[in-house]
Amino acid sequence: MSSTVLLTIAMLSALGLLAAVILYFVAQKFKVIEDPRIDLVTEALPGANCGGCGYTGCRAFAETLVKSTSFEGLNCPVGGADTMGKVAVILDRQPVAVEPKVAVVRCNGTPDNAMRTSYYDGAVSCRVAHSLYGGQTGCQFGCLGCGDCVAACKFDAMYMDPVTELPVILDDKCVACGACVKACPRSIIELRKRNKKDRKIFISCVNKDKGGPARKACKVACIGCGKCLKVCPYEAITMENNLAFIDSTKCKLCRKCAPECPTGAILEIGFPVKEARPAEPADVSAS
Amino acid sequence: LGNNLKRTIKVFKTFPKGGIHPPENKLTAAKPTVILPVPAQVTVPVSQHIGAPATPVVEKGAVVRAGQLIAQAKGFVSANIHSPVSGKVSKIDTVADTTGYKQTAIVIDVEGDDWVETVDRSSGLVKEITLTREQIIERCQLCGLVGLGGATFPTHIKLTVPAGKTCDTVIINGVECEPYLTSDHRLMLEKGAEVLTGVEIIRKALGVGRVIIGIEANKPDAISNLTELAREFEGITVQPLKVKYPQGGEKQLIKACTGREVPSGGLPLDVGVVVQNIGTAFAVYEAVQKNKPLVERVVTVTGKSVKNPGNFRVRIGTPVSALIEAAGGMPDDTGKVVNGGPMMGKALAVTDIPVTKGTSGIIIFPADVSKRAEVLPCIRCGKCSSACAMGLEPWLISVLAQKGMFEKAEQEKITDCMECGACAYTCPAKRPLLDYIRLGKSTVIRMARERITK
Repeated sequence: MSSTVLLTIAMLSALGLLAAVILYFVAQKFKVIEDPRIDLVTEALPGANCGGCGYTGCRAFAETLVKSTSFEGLNCPVGGADTMGKVAVILDRQPVAVEPKVAVVRCNGTPDNAMRTSYYDGAVSCRVAHSLYGGQTGCQFGCLGCGDCVAACKFDAMYMDPVTELPVILDDKCVACGACVKACPRSIIELRKRNKKDRKIFISCVNKDKGGPARKACKVACIGCGKCLKVCPYEAITMENNLAFIDSTKCKLCRKCAPECPTGAILEIGFPVKEARPAEPADVSAS
Repeated sequence: LGNNLKRTIKVFKTFPKGGIHPPENKLTAAKPTVILPVPAQVTVPVSQHIGAPATPVVEKGAVVRAGQLIAQAKGFVSANIHSPVSGKVSKIDTVADTTGYKQTAIVIDVEGDDWVETVDRSSGLVKEITLTREQIIERCQLCGLVGLGGATFPTHIKLTVPAGKTCDTVIINGVECEPYLTSDHRLMLEKGAEVLTGVEIIRKALGVGRVIIGIEANKPDAISNLTELAREFEGITVQPLKVKYPQGGEKQLIKACTGREVPSGGLPLDVGVVVQNIGTAFAVYEAVQKNKPLVERVVTVTGKSVKNPGNFRVRIGTPVSALIEAAGGMPDDTGKVVNGGPMMGKALAVTDIPVTKGTSGIIIFPADVSKRAEVLPCIRCGKCSSACAMGLEPWLISVLAQKGMFEKAEQEKITDCMECGACAYTCPAKRPLLDYIRLGKSTVIRMARERITK
């Protein structure tokens, strides 16, 4: 009886030892040497796996960072300069200054501004609505209001305003990962340079129609008149397909263009209220 | 007893897999086609077919006659566009089409009704086919013929059998399985002889011996009319079919009539068949025998709330609002106006859009029945899979499309879907299955095309 038990113990121990020896040599032979800095960098990154850097998650980005020779073109929009500074310390490299950005919704087609001509009743998805029809207003470029962008945001930085039927971006939460930009089938959302006190001036319209039809569809549409173009002292405004565009990297926030716009398509947000002119359009999407 | 039953109950042919039975609601089946007067202005879009839009060949201010070429086909898959009226081109501009998206259209102010001389406007039946095969195909191309069943694929391409393929059977689609629609039904009754001559021309163009005209059993008058007329023609048989949606789908109709199955991703020609619609056969007759381009078609305007539902022969470019006016005006409680059949058609965003070559019907639904029901979670009951005539799993592919898993959707054969809508119709949870499948299908097709060009 006892000899059977002892024999079993001896046999199993011998087998275990043999397996251990084999495994040891196999492990030596097929050892994967990973740069320990990858783990360190991954820990320094925010861990949101949002893909805002252009890679499939924080670890993939960390691997790229460790392999890279300079930080040119590599940036974590979520962590910003802080995180990139930490990573630079770990990897002993010079951080590259990247301007912080913020997402901006370039449509102001509220029910007041753009009259509803039909009612969408299909699957609640902007991509589906976009593939089916032009939209519930006369404008075939504007926001469809199903909230694909809000669903794509991983940082709770967006919500749909039930009154304006437009998405609203919370500047303090937005990390400019670009998920909403990709989610929007109509390319309405743009990543723009983040200015001091979150001030912004932009053309809140993407309508490429000629002036007449654009204005008919929406009171605050850009009609492509080009008045803003003429007053801009910094050549920040360009005009293409009846649509003006303010380049946020060139714009110095001088506010000369906004009063020129006959339809109020240029929004000024975050500025102190001027005495002479009430900042009426700012109220709409400043929230 | 079993044999007796079989003898007494006539068993019609149909396709074996899936299918549904929506209420037929053929309110206008007994309404003779009314010819609508020419409107004061027509809007003719340059893209009324699958493929590249045609290029306008008239300028603003040009005086055109009915039947005159106003836009030239561009590229292989494209179709000519002719002026449906005589008058003056008032502008060439972008106007909203059925989807609300803007596209180029030629707007003509109507003056009189003056046709180009080459068009034979007489009503007499011309039976003798004098043109050769090549001439028939060329005529179809010149006259801008497209499939009138709904897909608007250029007819001349379908009549040209590519090298390496053979065609032994022509199937004429007189199924009209969509509820409400009756335009093909009326054509078969009123223009039976012309339709059959058109069928004969199609047969000659393809050089085929056998022609089967598939008609569902809910149109006994059309079946008897065409059967009677077909006695004069050799090789043309009328095949009554069991009523089942979507029997009008090419692949279903081929299976029902011949028992052949088109392989996944294949075309009817892979099993030696070409399918043409009844409306197309009539248009072929008019083009070949009368040299008349495709400038008018029959449109069913119907709906339970409509005062005078009917079938109307209208010029292309006539505003849909004029059609609704002719049917007794827009009912006050209208919630949705659908372009096409109730199963596959799409709701219109605006009604001041023109009738195009593909407009088969305008259906008006009251507000209380037009709204979609609340969407509930999928419980995997499998009703959609049983209803799918293509043997797909709609619940799965719609979710794959919704989640953006397009590679997986491609493996699940999302491109075999013909968008008949039987799945969404049967879904007890009222899930928008087809909405997502359409999105997925178009994305997968685009991805596949990009792969080829890369």
